Amino acid sequence: MSQFVILYFAALIVASCLAAYYKKQGPFMTLFSLTLISFVLGIVGGAGTLRLVATFAAVLAFAAGVSYAFREFLVVIAPTKLGKELKTAPLTASFGMFVIFTYGIAAIFAPWIAPHGESEVIASAFAPADENMLLGADQLGRDMFSRIIYGARNSVGLALSATIAAFAIGAIAGLLAATKGGWFDQFMGRFADVIMSIPSLIFALLMLSIFGPHVYVIIIAVAIIYAPRVFRLTRAVAGNVVVMDYIEAAKLRGEGTGYLIRREILPNSTAPLIAEFGLEFCFVFLLVAGLSFLGLGIQPPTADWGSMVRENATLISFGDYTPLIPAGAIALLTVAVNFVVDWMLFRSSGLKEQ
Amino acid sequence: MAQDKSVLLDIKDLRIDGYTGEEWVPIIKGVDLRLHRGEVMGLIGESGAGKSTIGAAAMGYARDGTRIVEGSSIEFDGMELTTATEGERRALRGSRIAYVAQSAAASFNPAHKIIDQHTEAPLHYRIQSRVAAQEDAMDLYQRLRLPDPDQIGFRYPHQVSGGQLQRAMTAMAMACRPDLIIFDEPTTALDVTTQIEVLAAIRDIVDQFNTAAIYITHDLAVVAQMADTIKVLLKGEEVEQASTEDMLENPQEDYTKSLWAVRSFKRTQKRRPTGEPPVISVQNVDAAYTGGIKVLDDVSFDIHRGMTVAVVGESGSGKSTTARVITGLLPPTSGQVLFRGEPLPPSYLNRSKDQLRQTQMIYQMADTALNPKVRISEIIGRPAQFYSGLSGTALKHRVDELLDLIELEPSQYYDRYPPELSGGQKQRIGIARALAAEPTFIICDEVTSALDQLVAEGILKLLDRLQSELDLAYMFITHDLATVRSIADEVVVMQNGKVVEQGPKDEMFKPPHHPYTDLLLSSVPEMDPNWLTDLLEERGVDNIGEAADV
Repeated sequence: MSQFVILYFAALIVASCLAAYYKKQGPFMTLFSLTLISFVLGIVGGAGTLRLVATFAAVLAFAAGVSYAFREFLVVIAPTKLGKELKTAPLTASFGMFVIFTYGIAAIFAPWIAPHGESEVIASAFAPADENMLLGADQLGRDMFSRIIYGARNSVGLALSATIAAFAIGAIAGLLAATKGGWFDQFMGRFADVIMSIPSLIFALLMLSIFGPHVYVIIIAVAIIYAPRVFRLTRAVAGNVVVMDYIEAAKLRGEGTGYLIRREILPNSTAPLIAEFGLEFCFVFLLVAGLSFLGLGIQPPTADWGSMVRENATLISFGDYTPLIPAGAIALLTVAVNFVVDWMLFRSSGLKEQ
Repeated sequence: MAQDKSVLLDIKDLRIDGYTGEEWVPIIKGVDLRLHRGEVMGLIGESGAGKSTIGAAAMGYARDGTRIVEGSSIEFDGMELTTATEGERRALRGSRIAYVAQSAAASFNPAHKIIDQHTEAPLHYRIQSRVAAQEDAMDLYQRLRLPDPDQIGFRYPHQVSGGQLQRAMTAMAMACRPDLIIFDEPTTALDVTTQIEVLAAIRDIVDQFNTAAIYITHDLAVVAQMADTIKVLLKGEEVEQASTEDMLENPQEDYTKSLWAVRSFKRTQKRRPTGEPPVISVQNVDAAYTGGIKVLDDVSFDIHRGMTVAVVGESGSGKSTTARVITGLLPPTSGQVLFRGEPLPPSYLNRSKDQLRQTQMIYQMADTALNPKVRISEIIGRPAQFYSGLSGTALKHRVDELLDLIELEPSQYYDRYPPELSGGQKQRIGIARALAAEPTFIICDEVTSALDQLVAEGILKLLDRLQSELDLAYMFITHDLATVRSIADEVVVMQNGKVVEQGPKDEMFKPPHHPYTDLLLSSVPEMDPNWLTDLLEERGVDNIGEAADV
């Protein structure tokens, strides 16, 4: 029996004993059942499987540690009221915030972080990783790591501006429809139905083939596709606020639509709208990546995660993980945003009472 | 049948904690309660006194966010509920302990027929076959004097009236012939005329089956009719307990005495000022909602400067619709509203800023009338800013002045948000917002009906003081005749969208009355424990249902 296996079981058993001694039932059950499962895994898969389990657990523990530290950091630097809220955030939410924070830094400081240029050819095609290139080279011999960093700027920036555009259009239309009511509401509702009845990917492809694959065309096309969803949600949320007595009081005071929306309705509908923003951002991000993968998104040589997956796709048949790196970057951001959104939804839905 | 009077429910040192989001704070602080078979105990107190929490605890149930503290004992017929398993407790609920909630409309499932919901419990506990259970349901409907008892159960909940639904719910609670029923404010949401039939039905059926009951309410006059003993609660602690007669005649504690004295507030009636047009004159107004159903039919009345006109009637009588016509939210189909002799444009959209300023509203539910995301300073400051163009220190000064006027300390409330205030404080902020516009006429739509009696009295006194200081005219919409008695100068009685009677208050409370006014007046519960019995005799028990359906 190798030293690793002995250490592995010793660590597990000591940890479970400690958990049991301090009457931590949850951790104890997790640790001890892991010990029992490890017996089986060890017999079936040998030391290699145990090593995999240990690595997995270590990554998880590392992520949890980072999340915990990051949450405490946020609690300290945030103002007291916000800090109190953050204290109640689950680790998944702070993990999400940490990932978003990291992506943000990468996007903003891309030229300083990236060791090589965005489209600079520095090695042979598909060169393996070395000290110079952390993640190896892509199909033209450009540094994968640098392109991932620049990709954060391009892909995330594009998705963010498209989402903001969709929200600007959808939320304003929804608030107006809820406040005005009547024929305006009906007209906007049916108009949104018409847009939603067109298959989104086909609509985007159509727009891009007519107007050419410019960044502005992508942003506008994606905004038009997602605005009706935002419109529907905003109208429903604002619809519940509009019937309140304080809106009636404001109307009877003679307030205009602008004041009603800005001061009375919007403050009462921000929570679900912010949560929806996060959710829509993920969808937009995936749609933009999908467009890039089809070759109609951001055009080369600009680095973009979606097109990077496509360009390197052939390598997957050789068992190399290079094409999975940009895909992983997309997946990680989507999951991170969803973690944060989950927490926000949880807070605004009042489920926290339990 | 010899009636068994043994102890059924014995609660000792009941302590319940509630979770505030950060820590557990005590809600019930050691209450003892002993109930015999066939006994009806009334639990009274303000909101937040812990009445409903005790009611739920009697079933061994702690609501979400609350927990029963160790050391409390709830013994039901020899069985300790705090240590019983969830399964054992669940077996009691519905079969031996039943619960009747405040809003029957919200408690019935709208997708199933009433009788199917009624027979669910007996079928679940395998007490009766479906046919037997349905026959029993019809028998109970008859005993509760529901109209058409053989057929009514086959309707859906929305097809019967609120009072009938509340009785159907009482019948449902009786389905398994429980030993104990908990009534949680069963008549609070009903009109006075409907309330009587429900009270009479509940009292009869509890008596017939020797059922013990806990009757939770904040209305003393109601509890006087229903209960054998009364327990007064304040902030999770018992104030006192006594038999109903003793409690009414000879309350011991100061708090109980103050509860009893609330209804004594009464001010002198004012006379109409002469030689000037009324502030608001509603002239031959007809109104209809989209769909064409006429809700107001030839409504006319005047409101003079500095006077309070109470508009009374059951729900659906058109009181609030009249207010909507005056404010311009619902333009009338014919007729007009005059302000100081000048006709007001029918829709608020066409009224000038000054016309809008003159008429203000105070709402029933302060929770929905104040924007929860806006600071008090802005809620009150906005009308002053909007109409008078005040800003900066002048505005702050005006807000402070208004907060002083409603007896709230400005520095404490200036920066707070509505959800941080109590119900009474919120209502005061609503009043301040109306005053900020410097109106001459204020519509008060059921302003006290959502409040506890002591708080409501404070609001009425405040409104009265403001009226004499600022020479305001009030239109007071209410279904509570006690409020009318204390604050009104003139009374308008409405029924089915028509004005049936109007005149000065003193004349209205003196016979002869219009038959509907008479019905309304006689339906207001009084503190006399024999009031219900006498009234039922007077009216003749059988036609009580018809009387209320007028």
